[in-house]
Amino acid sequence: MPKDSDQIDSGIGASPKRREDVRFLTGTGNYTDDINLNGQAYVYFLRSDVAHGRIVSIDTSDAAAMPGVVQIFTGADFESVGGIPCGWQITDKHGEVMQEPAHPVLAQGKVRYVGDAIAAVVADSLEQARDAAEAIMLDIEELPAVIDMKAALKEGATKVHDDLTSNLCYDWGFVEENKPAVEEAFAKAAHVTTLELVNNRLIANPMEPRVALGDFNRATGDSTLYTTSQNPHVIRLLMGAFVLGIPEHKLRVIAPDVGGGFGTKIFHYAEEAFCTFAAKALNRAVKWTSSRSEAFISDAHGRDHVTTIQLALDSDNNFTALRTDTHANMGAYLSTFAPSVPTWLHGTLMAGNYKTPLIYVNVKAVFTNTVPVDAYRGAGRPEATFQLERVIDKAARELGVDPIALRRQNFITEFPYATPVAVEYDTGDYNATMDKLEEIADLSGFAARRAKSEASGRVRGLGVNCYIEACGIAPSNLVGQLGARAGLYESATVRVNATGGLVVMTGSHSHGQGHETSFPQVIAEMIGIDESMVEIVHGDTANTPMGMGTYGSRSLAVGGSAMVRATEKIIAKAKKIAAHILEASDADIELKDGQFSVAGTDKSLAWGDVTLAAYVPHNYPLEDIEPGLEETAFYDPANFTYPSGAYACEVELDPETGKVSIERFAAADDFGNIVNPMIVDGQVHGGIGQGIGQALLEAAVYNEDGQLLSASYMDYAMPRADDLPFYQVDHSCQTPCTHNPLGVKGCGEAGAIGSPPAVVNAVVDALQSMGKDVTHIDMPLSPARVWAAMNG
Amino acid sequence: MYNFEVEKPTSIADAVAALGAEEAQALGGGQTLIPTLKQRLASPSKLVSLSGIAEMQGVRLEAGTVCIGGATPHGVVASEAAAAYPALAALAGKIGDPAVRNRGTIGGSLANNDPAACYPAAALASGAVIVTNAREIAADDFFDGLFTTVLEEGEIVTEVRLPVPEVANYQKFVQPASRFALVGVFVAKFAGAVRVAVTGASEEGVFRWSEAEAALSRNFSADALEGLSVAPEGMMADIHGSKAYRAHLIAVLTKRAVAAAA
Ligand SMILES: Cc1cc2nc3c(=O)[nH]c(=O)nc-3n(C[C@H](O)[C@H](O)[C@H](O)COP(=O)(O)OP(=O)(O)OC[C@H]3O[C@@H](n4cnc5c(N)ncnc54)[C@H](O)[C@@H]3O)c2cc1C
Repeated sequence: MPKDSDQIDSGIGASPKRREDVRFLTGTGNYTDDINLNGQAYVYFLRSDVAHGRIVSIDTSDAAAMPGVVQIFTGADFESVGGIPCGWQITDKHGEVMQEPAHPVLAQGKVRYVGDAIAAVVADSLEQARDAAEAIMLDIEELPAVIDMKAALKEGATKVHDDLTSNLCYDWGFVEENKPAVEEAFAKAAHVTTLELVNNRLIANPMEPRVALGDFNRATGDSTLYTTSQNPHVIRLLMGAFVLGIPEHKLRVIAPDVGGGFGTKIFHYAEEAFCTFAAKALNRAVKWTSSRSEAFISDAHGRDHVTTIQLALDSDNNFTALRTDTHANMGAYLSTFAPSVPTWLHGTLMAGNYKTPLIYVNVKAVFTNTVPVDAYRGAGRPEATFQLERVIDKAARELGVDPIALRRQNFITEFPYATPVAVEYDTGDYNATMDKLEEIADLSGFAARRAKSEASGRVRGLGVNCYIEACGIAPSNLVGQLGARAGLYESATVRVNATGGLVVMTGSHSHGQGHETSFPQVIAEMIGIDESMVEIVHGDTANTPMGMGTYGSRSLAVGGSAMVRATEKIIAKAKKIAAHILEASDADIELKDGQFSVAGTDKSLAWGDVTLAAYVPHNYPLEDIEPGLEETAFYDPANFTYPSGAYACEVELDPETGKVSIERFAAADDFGNIVNPMIVDGQVHGGIGQGIGQALLEAAVYNEDGQLLSASYMDYAMPRADDLPFYQVDHSCQTPCTHNPLGVKGCGEAGAIGSPPAVVNAVVDALQSMGKDVTHIDMPLSPARVWAAMNG
Repeated sequence: MYNFEVEKPTSIADAVAALGAEEAQALGGGQTLIPTLKQRLASPSKLVSLSGIAEMQGVRLEAGTVCIGGATPHGVVASEAAAAYPALAALAGKIGDPAVRNRGTIGGSLANNDPAACYPAAALASGAVIVTNAREIAADDFFDGLFTTVLEEGEIVTEVRLPVPEVANYQKFVQPASRFALVGVFVAKFAGAVRVAVTGASEEGVFRWSEAEAALSRNFSADALEGLSVAPEGMMADIHGSKAYRAHLIAVLTKRAVAAAA
């Protein structure tokens, strides 16, 4: 039974306010840009303003003589170091490895997208660096830009990378062996629904732009990088081992307070390598702070898939097969995890909540002259969910059946369930979340609300969908087989101090998720002490164990599990100490409410007495155990976790202008066990906000010359508070994860994954109710697009 | 930004004198100009701030005309013109966000003549007179295409005089990202005639929709506009709306403005 959070005031299930918010909301956080080192210099990157061109010459002589200039670097200065590595290698349907272009720190030979860094000017001040950058004489011979993915794959298309055979990164078939059976099922189908759609390119736009500050200590030879990262250890490994050749013990990476990441701060970026390299070369700290304009053309973008999906049904409306064909934009270079997003984070989710027996997914990843594309909140899973839930909606309409009933009929109901796309769902109850959704969304009241809207000249539509995601990323041996060049465990060191307080050093990284509040709740519950006795330390490779960081809704499921394992070791050792002092056997010691007691006696000892004994070991089993109370655990998950849910959106449409407003939005999620319900609500709210942003507002749009038309907030529409409704969110349906000690599944991405199809389904429903023959509109559903569809 | 000097005169005369310097430029609220400078898209030698000039501040009502100092921020217009000219005050109250309204000025907005800005529609529909340090210019003669007006180098808008209509209404359909007007229509009904000004739509900038004016002058009701439309040719097109969509919105918003005003 889920705990009723209203009655819980501490530990797991309670909703203490976020302790980190004190500093975030009072301007006392410590973000990377707040850090300034003695004598630091500033770097300004001269970026390409053309999408594709050959660098004929770069003359920096005038610029180098400008006031304050320390040094100007170009691609030539980086010939001796490695390029920016890609962390995932995909093997294509023919068994060939993907084409992997070199990715230099600064452009060499060619520029490949608007924003590609050509030169880096280091000066005493940022303004001086900018002045000098303007004095660099650049001769770039412009080449035709490759922007459209399908055109990029045509015979004879201009190549983004001359040394590759084409613009095709890989052609992935999944599961290739299933293909003939899928074809056969389609041939036999009673009904086939086909949908072509675009998953629009997005720009994450975290509130804090990226910053990198490199430092070098000449006395020790140590390099330090302060950076806006979701995973400082990953940056240290990638940058140290692959780019700059600095061993980990001579390189420290610190990601202090980070103002939002949403995926785009996972990746190792050239600016980080540059600042670290230049600090050493110049023996001087070098700082880069991205401007917002720069962020639009240098932060990795997200999504950008063009898909055709087909669903086959038998005469009883059972799903018999599914096939999808996707072109996935990689941009000009492979960002750290780019190749994994349209493949293993997307193809494996195509079964969704349904028992479709046969599935085939084809993905062609394409190089274009655009900013690199990589993971953005949900990463692959929103793309999978969107196409699947849209095609099911379309099928229901074509067949004249209720879209909820069609979904229910095809739900997976028995667990564990092995999908035809290589994953095994451990738990779930999709009917329960759908029941809950019908209740909280008050679907029975929809008809009355529709009538009311109609009376005021508006058209109301209802969209419902389900989602499944794979979180808690990920079993290392599995991802290794799939091409990951990393393990995906997590780590924690739990250090108990002499007087009983705890410090937990975690490899997870919090950049808005509230770990500093929720993680202590778990440990406090395990020991039976107050949460205020537990402090979380993260973000610094020098004082946290090697960890993989935060993304893929993995922190509590994987990082939290490591923390639990380390705390279990602590408790086991503490019991030994208590047993010694209480002159009992370890097996008889119980720990409850911070008290050790001997079962069946009234002998007990407080937590603090035992921790003190660990560090003042006068009466201590020194012959059996070491003094001190500090343990580390690495946790490698046995499987992904599979959160799921059902979402409903009600829109009102202005039939004269095409403007859509979201009137109601309900989310019934199954996240397994919940540690802090308030934080979970917040994660869902934020995710839905971003999902609605994608569905109604956001789009990174390039013109055919490769200029980004939506390169500022004047044209890139972020959701604002008044674009969003009040949400009904519920996470009382809980089928705990079976394979991690907390039974948690992860909640960070669900909102962004589950909400776009609900919005689009609702708008299509509204249009259909007006008698318009509109079966799909590509996101974002701007007024202009909806109006065009209405009048098309 | 490039380096520049700043002067903050306290009289129009001093401002005009300061603007006589080579490459000097007036600074109103800076809501357009400062971002332009930050992007290094302009390099004035000197900025002459108009915000310290008392005679260019404030809203007063004079014989049926609202007179607004050229350096009056939108927020002040929103509150101080509310009684005398509610449609104008409502327009001012929906420009940008509170910070923008606290800094941005009517003179700056008119001088800038952004094709998606709101005030040009109000000025044109009201038949305003734009007063500068040198002359008085009828709104009908003031705007001269995108981001262009008839203002001479160094000439500043010191006051804007807007005759108050019997009824008026401004309908702004926002561009989703900038929330400037994707299309904005200002309808003003005067004793003898109706004026309809459209912003956001045309490649030529703000304009009067004369057909609608004629129809509304005969019969001030939304029905009078039935069947009237603006041709898509000559409209702007961008990622937020096609020519046809903008043309369509003009008709829709004009009707709504009339319905709201009547
Ligand atoms: C986030 C944001 C949202 C906005 N939304 C809207 C909106 O919805 N609708 C809208 O209409 N506007 C909007 N604006 C623009 C805003 O209204 C500005 O105030 C206006 O465009 C310029 O006015 P300013 O006083 O800031 O002028 P400045 O930026 O100081 O100057 C603009 C130009 O006008 C010149 N200038 C300034 N004052 C005078 C004067 N008195 N005489 C002659 N020349 C002068 C300057 O030299 C410069 O060339 C928005 C701006 C921002 C930043």
